[in-house]
Amino acid sequence: MSAPHIVESTALARPAAEASRASGLWAFLVIVAAMAALPFFASTYTLTLMVPFFALAIALLGFNLLFGYTGLLSFGHAMFLSIGAYSAAVMTSKLGILSFELILLVSIAASVIIAVPVGFLCVRYTRIFFGMLTLAFGMLFHSVLYKFYGITGGDQGMRVLRPLLFGMEFEGGKTAFLTGPFYYYALGLLTALGLLMWRIVRSPFGLHLQAIRENAQKASYLGVEVTRMRLSAYVISGVYGGIGGAILAITIGLADPEIVYWTQSGNLVFMAVLGGSGAFIGPVVGSLAFVLLQDMVMSVTQYWRFVMGAVLILLVVFFPGGLSGIAGGLFTRFKRGS
Amino acid sequence: MTTLLEARTVCKSYGDFHALTDVSLSVADGEFISIVGPNGAGKSTLVNVLTGLLRPTSGRVAFRGTDIGGIGPVELARRGMARGFQLVNVFPELTVRETLGVAASSRLKRTGNPLRSLVRDREIADAVEEVAEIFNLRHRLDQPARALSQGEKKLLDVASAFALKPELILIDEPTSGVSTGDKHSIMELLIDACRKAGVRGIIQVEHDMDLVARYSDRIVALQAGRVLADEKPEVFFKDPALIAAVVGTRPPQLRPKAANLNTSSETASQRSAAC
Ligand SMILES: Nc1ncnc2c1ncn2[C@@H]1O[C@H](COP(=O)(O)OP(=O)(O)O)[C@@H](O)[C@H]1O
Ligand SMILES: [Mg+2]
Repeated sequence: MSAPHIVESTALARPAAEASRASGLWAFLVIVAAMAALPFFASTYTLTLMVPFFALAIALLGFNLLFGYTGLLSFGHAMFLSIGAYSAAVMTSKLGILSFELILLVSIAASVIIAVPVGFLCVRYTRIFFGMLTLAFGMLFHSVLYKFYGITGGDQGMRVLRPLLFGMEFEGGKTAFLTGPFYYYALGLLTALGLLMWRIVRSPFGLHLQAIRENAQKASYLGVEVTRMRLSAYVISGVYGGIGGAILAITIGLADPEIVYWTQSGNLVFMAVLGGSGAFIGPVVGSLAFVLLQDMVMSVTQYWRFVMGAVLILLVVFFPGGLSGIAGGLFTRFKRGS
Repeated sequence: MTTLLEARTVCKSYGDFHALTDVSLSVADGEFISIVGPNGAGKSTLVNVLTGLLRPTSGRVAFRGTDIGGIGPVELARRGMARGFQLVNVFPELTVRETLGVAASSRLKRTGNPLRSLVRDREIADAVEEVAEIFNLRHRLDQPARALSQGEKKLLDVASAFALKPELILIDEPTSGVSTGDKHSIMELLIDACRKAGVRGIIQVEHDMDLVARYSDRIVALQAGRVLADEKPEVFFKDPALIAAVVGTRPPQLRPKAANLNTSSETASQRSAAC
């Protein structure tokens, strides 16, 4: 730090201008309520899509604390998905511990243990350097999971058994479990973690993160402990990723290295941009749209990656605020019109 | 008089290049000091050394008696020094309220718990409104900084430094990029703000000799990294050779001074409230 006038910012990190507005919370609660009602009229197939959505939305809420609020774009965030997923796999199929609450605790602990040293190294860098470092750690993690066959099962992965929820065992088929008790369990987690994130972004802590995103040097002269705050944001986002990963692994029934392959980290970035990183609700909208879009496009054409890529380009060029930005704009226009 | 800040025989080199040589300078409680000098004289380097951003190659900088060489911006803020910047330096997407809230949150140590509410924090809200009031930014509280005029951005930058409630404030050209007509009102505002916020000293880098003459208690002239003069304005502007060395123009007209942070035309009661 020698030049006093550098202004740092991440081009794609649209400021969370919505952060202080209560509309973000309402939008979140409306989506959650709709999801709670969904099992009463939606098809089983639709419901099986929703649990991965809950998992991704949780991971993405964490991801966006780092990206949208702190201005750090991680290209290796799927690492935390894999930490949660492998925690679930090791606990259920190696140690025979089936309590999902314990699985969550272990996922959180493992995420913190990894996030602290990795974050410590990464948050000293910003912009592309931060992105590249996190990408590198993600790849490193992928190859560790791949190579340590004896422990991780290599490319075969590890099975994730059906967990107990609040100590209760559930009979019946896998689909019944995933679209019944586990559906509501995961939705409950999303609700709780969403409300928690709402508090975080609206705290003085969250304000300091946004100041860092806007202008780290000025922030430091206003007493903001830039490195420490970035590290805290990284760890919190890692924990959200770990929890999301554990849920995701239960729905798949398997933890394999694919979950941390770099394209998976890319998908997280895609979802964030799709939903709009500038809004609190962006991650939820983005992951929902991603899950639905992927399902829709994949059933129509095998060139679904092409379609997804085209969508991304259109969004970045024409709607940098993402879907929540478009919705917010329409809402404002509607209110003005009436 | 107590000394707020003292630099003793400070040298700063960039490699072989001596940007500052044997610079000594002190700021007493209640003083307004202007640093002047031609481009490249070392003014910004001096500000960076005085604010602990750069560690002096040799010599010592002490704030209230303790060494602050290279302590870094966060610790600096904690000890009671704040800084404004030469170029417009704001958080574009944060509102005025949020910008001032950043400083208030640091000062009140509110960031340890990520779940603490910001909007329900009366103390932060009061601190923010107090500073906004002083800088005439109240009607702008909910505007993002990017929507402010150039002059307001400049004010916001300084206001956010004030929200730290510092004892000493250093400002690199507070009026650069501001029209001549507005310069005086900004300086008046600044001095008024110091009185109201309990700021004990100001160091500014300033090119406008009119402002320097009118508001400073002391003028420190730098040339090629050395202190050429450290004088009261009355003495400084009587020396044509000195002025020529600094700006190469005729001396400005000396006007009645309106600056001193302690003695002013304020009523006694206002003063005791401020000082
Ligand atoms: N980081 C640096 N590395 C090398 N030389 C520098 C650096 N910063 C400033 N200088 C040199 O030090 C001298 C003083 O610079 P500066 O303090 O910016 O002067 P001023 O603010 O009075 O114009 C200039 O000659 C400048 O080129
Ligand atoms: Mg300069």
